[in-house]
Amino acid sequence: MFLITCPFCGEREQSEFKAGGEAHIERPKQPTELSDDEWAEYLFMRKNIKGIQFERWNHAHGCRKWFNMIRDTSNDTIKAVYKMGEKPPVK
Amino acid sequence: MLKNLRVTTSKYIDETSRISFKFNGKAYFGYKGDTLASALLANDVHLVGRSFKYHRPRGIMTSGSEEPNAIVQVNNNTALTEPNVRATELEIYHGLEAASQNCWPSVHFDIGGINNFLSPLLPAGFYYKTFMWPASFWEKYEYVIRHSAGLGKSPTEPDPDIYDHKYIHCDVLVIGAGISGIIAAKTAAKNNLKTLLLDEKNEIGGSTIYQNSEHVKINDQNSSTWLENEISELRNIKNLEIKTRTSVAAYHGYNYLLARENLTDHLPKNEKNKKIRQRLLKIRAKKVIVATGSLERPLVFNNNDRPGIMLSSAVKKYADYYGVATGQKNIFFTNNDTAYESAISLNKKGIKVKAIIDIREQSNTAFTKEAENLGIKVYRSHTVVNTEGYKKINKITIMELSRDGQSFASPEKIELDCDCLAITGGWTPAVHLFTQSGGKLKFREKDQVFIPDIYPSDQISIGSSNGDFELDDIIKNSTKSLKEFLNINETEFDNLEINCPKDNEIRTIWLLPSDKVLGKTKPFVDYQNDATAKDIKLALKEGFKSIEHVKRYTTTGMGTDQGKLGNMHALGIIADTAGIKVGELGTTTFRPPYTPLTFGTMVGRNVGEYFDAFRRTPMNDWHIKNKAEFENVGQWKRAWYYPKNNETMHDAVQRESKAARDSAGILDASTLGKIDIQGTDASEFLNRVYTNAWSKLAIGKCRYGLMLNEDGMVYDDGVTTRLDENHYIMTTTTGGAANVLGKLEDYLQTEWPELDVYLSSVTDHYATASICGPNSKKILNKLIPDLDLSDESFPHMSFSNAKIDNIKCRIMRISFTGEHSYEINIQANYGEDLWKKCMEAGKEFNITPYGTETMHLLRAEKGFIIVGQDTDGTMTPIDLQMDWIVSKKKYDFIGKRSLYRSDTMKEDRKQLVGLITDNTSEVLEEGAQIVANTNATPVAMLGHVTSSYYSPNLNKSIALAVVRGGKNMLGQKLFIPMEDKNINVTIVDPVFFDKENVRLNA
Repeated sequence: MFLITCPFCGEREQSEFKAGGEAHIERPKQPTELSDDEWAEYLFMRKNIKGIQFERWNHAHGCRKWFNMIRDTSNDTIKAVYKMGEKPPVK
Repeated sequence: MLKNLRVTTSKYIDETSRISFKFNGKAYFGYKGDTLASALLANDVHLVGRSFKYHRPRGIMTSGSEEPNAIVQVNNNTALTEPNVRATELEIYHGLEAASQNCWPSVHFDIGGINNFLSPLLPAGFYYKTFMWPASFWEKYEYVIRHSAGLGKSPTEPDPDIYDHKYIHCDVLVIGAGISGIIAAKTAAKNNLKTLLLDEKNEIGGSTIYQNSEHVKINDQNSSTWLENEISELRNIKNLEIKTRTSVAAYHGYNYLLARENLTDHLPKNEKNKKIRQRLLKIRAKKVIVATGSLERPLVFNNNDRPGIMLSSAVKKYADYYGVATGQKNIFFTNNDTAYESAISLNKKGIKVKAIIDIREQSNTAFTKEAENLGIKVYRSHTVVNTEGYKKINKITIMELSRDGQSFASPEKIELDCDCLAITGGWTPAVHLFTQSGGKLKFREKDQVFIPDIYPSDQISIGSSNGDFELDDIIKNSTKSLKEFLNINETEFDNLEINCPKDNEIRTIWLLPSDKVLGKTKPFVDYQNDATAKDIKLALKEGFKSIEHVKRYTTTGMGTDQGKLGNMHALGIIADTAGIKVGELGTTTFRPPYTPLTFGTMVGRNVGEYFDAFRRTPMNDWHIKNKAEFENVGQWKRAWYYPKNNETMHDAVQRESKAARDSAGILDASTLGKIDIQGTDASEFLNRVYTNAWSKLAIGKCRYGLMLNEDGMVYDDGVTTRLDENHYIMTTTTGGAANVLGKLEDYLQTEWPELDVYLSSVTDHYATASICGPNSKKILNKLIPDLDLSDESFPHMSFSNAKIDNIKCRIMRISFTGEHSYEINIQANYGEDLWKKCMEAGKEFNITPYGTETMHLLRAEKGFIIVGQDTDGTMTPIDLQMDWIVSKKKYDFIGKRSLYRSDTMKEDRKQLVGLITDNTSEVLEEGAQIVANTNATPVAMLGHVTSSYYSPNLNKSIALAVVRGGKNMLGQKLFIPMEDKNINVTIVDPVFFDKENVRLNA
């Protein structure tokens, strides 16, 4: 059970949060212009890395805000949390 | 005549407080402070159970939570009985009743014991190998296996005990209150850190507290006296909480730990009542100090499992702590010096030690010298090759080892009588919790132990759980680690003067040689699961290489004790056989819980009505008073149907459905999700989330919308009303409300933050009564005479604000039944009042309350889908024949692009159709498969029935179904194969009733 620092509320239990998959995958602005393959790339393809992963999380049982998190999936250390729209603070 | 083996007094045993208890139906007594194990041993009872596979007689081996054999069934009450309780941990109390497990008819005469003689036929993987064929016999095998498998009996009635959960936050958690844990806790607490000290035993102090050797001194005091003083100081330190009888079960990431606190198990029966029995502590610690100590290793040799064969440390503890002699002719069998210490301790209490068998050639310490000075015969370079005595050991055979320890120096055998064989193979640090937390181990060749290496969180291991076994190392290394860990300059333990003899090196031989071939011996590695060295070697021979595979094939380490004693030997034997080093082999995974947890502890208070939260509508009391049956929809309790005069569900639903179409019906629709949407971009937002167009919806009008996932599959549906220019109220399905809000929030916050839109859930703020049927207009007119209900001013799919008895309400003229219908939304606390007023106004029209079942039937007559019943996350709107709702003009909406993927455009996708049965009274089963050909095997399954009812308004059976390519199969005959027959069906249009929608405006 992680302790997650919500960028709006501070440090809380993981049970208050919901994971939302890989971060920084922007919904295409013009989906109709895309080929099936390009659309499928957006729709289905997600990374599942052993190591540094960029993720979306939602403080579902708190402020309900979405934010981003950088997590090392090999040992579950959280490297950073940052608000939606912000650039990742670390590579 | 019972023997009394309580040979000395002990300050931990209160001999003024006699406790009587029963074991296997026979009455015994012990004293306050006794465990069941110590009390039985005091009564000379060694035989306490039978082994799992061979049903061999087994006795008490240990004095703690690592016990593999002495596991008992406590309490024969069908609700309170508990299996697999370790007799070595169970404190006796007045009225305790315990019994042996895994034996029938009794522990002394067990029919299953025949397995012992059949054992050559029961090798590793026996079940896998034997019960594979013929496959059709599996059911018969299974019956027999299930009856002979398993340990103990489960309770058959609900557990009447109370359990609890508690959250604890602390600066420092210290696990284990032995000498190193006590030093750690005192140091942390005195440095103003909020400290929690836990120990699984009933007293703190670990093994040092009953240590009583003149060779071991701290500041010239006996080490136990020194520790006693420390403990008495400990009790007065603020910041420090001590919990005993508390076992840490799990160590998760981020220093989150679960512990089980035992509160009443040790109390007399009449004092347990109505108190919390066990409590699960959910601990979040800033720092964790693991001081869990170490577990003594047994030795692996032929017949090393007889009652009376015990760990050397246990023999010592029973004597020192409980004052009990485990035998009167004791022999120690060792590979290290600790046995000498124990032998001396026994000797000084007048308990006879006949001999010490040491597999080492030499050892020369204060302890070994003293033992020899006391006249104890020491056999060096000797090993036990066999033991005898069926229900209790009575003889051992020893031989002299060759130099390499793999065979013998001479064929000469010596037989020695004994009634207790105390064995020790060295010590294994209890690294279970450390590894559970993600810690990485390293292997120390010198004494063949795995010790903590890389810490995954803010924690340290100290004491013998860190591989320090001698008192001076323990104290010096612990204080050094503590200073670094807690970032302090000094501790009060920095300058202690410690005297303890240095042990000579141990000699590890994982599998001791025997004079017989391995196949004829029984050197047990895992006592509880009856896995022997032979089984492990067989597994390797058969090609198993991974330690995890060998474990599962032989079941080594898979019992309720998780192989705390024998796992290291399994590793050692595998490594030796495969010719590699133990350190290269690694360990199996240590998984929680460290010791078994009761289900009660895990569940805590969340039982019965507290199992899950549930939601009730404001009209709930009325439904109950009017005898409604309820169904669960998500967390909601919804009225299902209202049986009258002992009606069956079928009869009630038929009556309700008929009444709703013939005159008037009323439904509690309060559970529908309601989301209030406001903002200047609200219309644009709806355009993006629904498949149809919203910009042109006039204020005061309602529209049905279908919401997709980005993959094009239907996600939710509902009617949304435009209340004002920038204000909408959206309804969702009952079960989908929370997810829809979550999804909409996700898009707003992450994809479209530029939109000026605000969402709030108002589901609980409104109560909703839906009245439908040809007389619904008259009823509403009676309720609100001044509201113009003409089709011109209040047409279908429109909305009006109104007041009922001066209470504001919102009325939507919308319909899920196909009837002329109104949905009245009112502030929730007026819900029941509104409902009663509707019933009163509708009385003359025989207004009939109907539940969800009738609602489902009525909408199925109209071919309206229910998301989640007729759809399953693989249906597009096109599949549902709802092309009309998908805007061609809109540039984009969630899921639009996916509707043009090659896969979603396939003609032979499953599509929604109607089904009628040839036999009009035959109602199909929901979920039934649909086929075209009844003779083919295997038969192609074309789809399945999603909704099915008998329609009283059409007087025939109707169903909705999804069928491959069904859209183009109108009129086609298909079959529903059932167990005893094939049902003939025909594909029809899914709208069965009032296709022209005449009744909406009737």
